[in-house]
Amino acid sequence: MYYLYIATGLAVLISLIADSERTLKGCKIALKKFVTILPAFLGMLMLVSIILFLIPDRVISQYLGSSNIFTGVLFASFLGSITLMPGFIAFPLCGILLKKGVLYLVLSAFTTTLMMVGILTYPIEKAYFGTKVTILRNIISLFIALIVAVMTGIFFGEIF
Amino acid sequence: MKRNDSIKIAGISCYILFLAASFAYGFKPGKEIGHNFFSFSLDMLKVLPCAFILIGLFEVWVKRQTVEKHFGQEAGIRGYIWAVLLAGTTVGGLYVAFPLAYSLHSKGARLNVIFTYLGASAICRIPMVIFEVSFMGVKFTAIRLLVSLPLVIVTSILLGDYLVKRSYKPMEGK
Repeated sequence: MYYLYIATGLAVLISLIADSERTLKGCKIALKKFVTILPAFLGMLMLVSIILFLIPDRVISQYLGSSNIFTGVLFASFLGSITLMPGFIAFPLCGILLKKGVLYLVLSAFTTTLMMVGILTYPIEKAYFGTKVTILRNIISLFIALIVAVMTGIFFGEIF
Repeated sequence: MKRNDSIKIAGISCYILFLAASFAYGFKPGKEIGHNFFSFSLDMLKVLPCAFILIGLFEVWVKRQTVEKHFGQEAGIRGYIWAVLLAGTTVGGLYVAFPLAYSLHSKGARLNVIFTYLGASAICRIPMVIFEVSFMGVKFTAIRLLVSLPLVIVTSILLGDYLVKRSYKPMEGK
């Protein structure tokens, strides 16, 4: 995380030295863009806070551990699509689940949908790219996630 | 838009009232939702100001021609490579990638490349990949990247071309 602050600080510094007026203009643009998109972010945060309450970690472990591969993948991609969690929470959770015997392909479906399919980021994505593109991109992402899950299953010898 | 806005304001007010009441009367689920909200807001506030400042600087310094050259029509295959590399260094998540993708597109990056960037920034941000490897193993991560990245690029091309044919334009004035 710190390298982001350092990089931003350096960028601003260099920009200031090069042209302070232009830097100020850039910061104004940044502020304006930030304020414009703020309601969408607020919407996302509200959704996230409610969904995470309704679906805590133990529910995720419970459903992903189901013995049937098909329902496991189905639940995994469903949960992955409707939740949003940072990698530093998701991967340790998956590590624990893996030790508990949850299949690689189920975890792959979960992590890939978690990363690519964003029902909770819908308000933000829609604000920038419109409803149609948002829906199309998310459906495509879901299919990619399913293909990735199947391939993972094949390579780890969990299916076929 | 007006009716939409008032629905939004009503929703936000309900949410805030609900949280305030929960904390006042000790309603547990409400308090938990409130904690979720604050911890996630904090996470984003750590990333977003930097991200938007960088986007602002990008807007004033990077010339349209430069973006067009590397991410535009004439860039060809190099455009996709740049998009994946840029995605690897993106911090945060898709919520940071959307505004940057939007800025890139308004400076002349083609849609195909933008969607590749969005997809790639979901699946191959370097800090996240390092984290993933340490918990899931190299094999898992390698399969995931080798399968998903080509699919992301191919579907981006299909989606981009489809939208160009429909003369699609992203939202104005964001």
